[in-house]
Amino acid sequence: MIKIKNLEASIDDKTILKGIDLEIPAGEVHVIMGRNGSGKSTLANVIAGNEAYEVDGGSIAMNDTDITEMSIENRALEGIFLCFQYPVAIPGVGMAYFLRSALNAHRKHQGKDEMDALEFLNNAKAILSELGLDDSFLKRSINDGFSGGEKKKSEILQLLTINPKLAVLDETDSGLDVDALRTVAKGVNKFKNENNSVLIITHYQRLLNYIKPDVVHLMIDGKIVKSGDMSLVEKVEKDGYSWLEK
Amino acid sequence: MVDKNQQVIDKTLEQEYKYGFTTDVDQTKFEPGLDEEVITKLSKIKNEPEWLLEWRLKAFKNWKKMSEPTWAKIDYKPIDYQALSYYAAPKQKKNDSLDDVDPEILETYNKLGISLDEQKRLEGVAVDAVFDSVSIATTFKDELAKHGVIFCSFSEAVQDHPELIKKYLGSVIPATDNYFAALNSAVFSDGSFVYIPKGVRCPMELSTYFRINATNTGQFERTLIIADEGSYVSYLEGCTAPMRDENQLHAACVELVAHKDATIKYSTIQNWFSGDKEGKGGIYNFVTKRGNCLGDNSKISWTQVETGSAITWKYPSVIMQGDNSVGEFYSVAVTKNKQQADTGTKMIHIGKNTKSTIITKGISAGEGQNTYRGGVKILKNAENAQNFSQCDSILIGDKCGAHTFPYIDVKNPSAKMEHEATTSSIGEDQLFYCNQRGIKLDDAVSMIVNGFCKEVFEELPMEFAVEAKQLIEVTLENSVG
Repeated sequence: MIKIKNLEASIDDKTILKGIDLEIPAGEVHVIMGRNGSGKSTLANVIAGNEAYEVDGGSIAMNDTDITEMSIENRALEGIFLCFQYPVAIPGVGMAYFLRSALNAHRKHQGKDEMDALEFLNNAKAILSELGLDDSFLKRSINDGFSGGEKKKSEILQLLTINPKLAVLDETDSGLDVDALRTVAKGVNKFKNENNSVLIITHYQRLLNYIKPDVVHLMIDGKIVKSGDMSLVEKVEKDGYSWLEK
Repeated sequence: MVDKNQQVIDKTLEQEYKYGFTTDVDQTKFEPGLDEEVITKLSKIKNEPEWLLEWRLKAFKNWKKMSEPTWAKIDYKPIDYQALSYYAAPKQKKNDSLDDVDPEILETYNKLGISLDEQKRLEGVAVDAVFDSVSIATTFKDELAKHGVIFCSFSEAVQDHPELIKKYLGSVIPATDNYFAALNSAVFSDGSFVYIPKGVRCPMELSTYFRINATNTGQFERTLIIADEGSYVSYLEGCTAPMRDENQLHAACVELVAHKDATIKYSTIQNWFSGDKEGKGGIYNFVTKRGNCLGDNSKISWTQVETGSAITWKYPSVIMQGDNSVGEFYSVAVTKNKQQADTGTKMIHIGKNTKSTIITKGISAGEGQNTYRGGVKILKNAENAQNFSQCDSILIGDKCGAHTFPYIDVKNPSAKMEHEATTSSIGEDQLFYCNQRGIKLDDAVSMIVNGFCKEVFEELPMEFAVEAKQLIEVTLENSVG
């Protein structure tokens, strides 16, 4: 599904990613763990095409389409979805309006008819109730005055509405209480199927108690230094990362 | 991203002004120049009573002694008032029937999306169409007359309702009020007149559509709206002009009078030609607008969406004379290319328990300069006066500017004042967020800007809120990324 080859990227002339190789086939959930500053969030942003970062080498492909040079919105339309670590507020822009615009941009790209307001609303309400959110949520301005938990749930609502091919969760679990964490996990589990893939970036095991990863990658200083199964997560929780620096 | 944004800002500047066409029409036009003779001639054409000519001449005398104000944050070459023509009118008399209107002019209004044909017109909106110096047609006059509402051109009102004109003209904006108001008082040619009788809720929206067509001509219109006790009226003005290389002067006066328990809601969508990307041409818009809440419990509300003009100098104000009266000002002002806007309001609290609200949204793109200038004055006897001001600015690109100058003068200690001001850029992070959801940059910008303006758009009558939203979208198309 997504194939990243020898990816190098920098910001303000500072090299952050130093040759990342990563392949996530359809139907799999991968996890990337690593210390602060190891380049995890940079990787998420570079996959999404954030133009604050410069790609210095390597390539990213989605389903054999090279997207390395593609604009942010076009790669979004190709199926890349980023659950933001810090979703930004857009005052005065209603959640429903925003979400329907986003959804219809995707539908248009897929050659489908736009979804009308009523169908959209029914669809959104069903997802809201699963996330334990009130319908009035749709009337609020995007992320404006949202609590930390609401922001993350709003990201999951968008994920489930847009239904992309690859979901990149950038520390979606940080700052959540246990109930919110469970809700977020429930949303992600509802999303995943054999045709899409998930990349979870996290510091902690706790989200992984609810979402079972297929592969775990450990990142140090802009490189993936070790890949394996769930046992790597347990080792990191116990011993940290220093054992990898040899 | 920043470079890319700049590219698209540059692209915007190449955007064509949609209403820039000219109409080829046979016209009567004065030779350039301004003196007492010109004013007398103008007054004579209009068959005005002697007192009105005297009023004009007195204003002219005063104007000559005054000097052009320089305190505003706008920069322009001196205007040569002798090089302008003070009257331009299509060669035909005021028409009772649309059949007599020059088809070229009807076509002009059709192209502007303003149908003067009552059958085709938006239901519930009556229109007075002002072309250069004269009113061309007023729709739904008979329908309105059934309710006792007078809606006609200013010139007609002078003939048919001289007592009302004499009583109210200059009662809110004295002829000597300021340089541009004095000039307008001397040379105003036409405009709209509205009178809503006691206890009547005007059954439809009233609107005036101003079009400047002639070259080297100033448009000096005068609008007077009187809402008698317990009445209500919602009024809207729209404005466009052809693209011409030279600047055109527009110096209007609008006076509103609200008697006891009356409400006037006045909305403007101003889309005069703003000049090209080098800043050549465009309308100089020097406008004095003021309302007087004369009676107790009266209310005057200004809503403006200003996207055009090379220069905007405009401060719609409210004098709250009656007790418990309310003044409101909601504004969206957009400047792009080399446009300059110095706009705001003045709220003058005289009566007890008077309350004013100011909400302004300034949007600057390109090299646009956007200034908010607002004054709130609480006089000595204005017990328990309240003001809330919120002035927000948003910047698109890094060559534009936003400036806020609030003036506050409180003479009564019981006053409650609140002022908030913010300036922000359209964040790269907001654009990234929208783009990441598959929303194109243009759509993202208009979405963010419309969200920013929401509180003001909500104040517009519904049909016009949609128009305003689209206008902002067209204006800012390609302004980022």
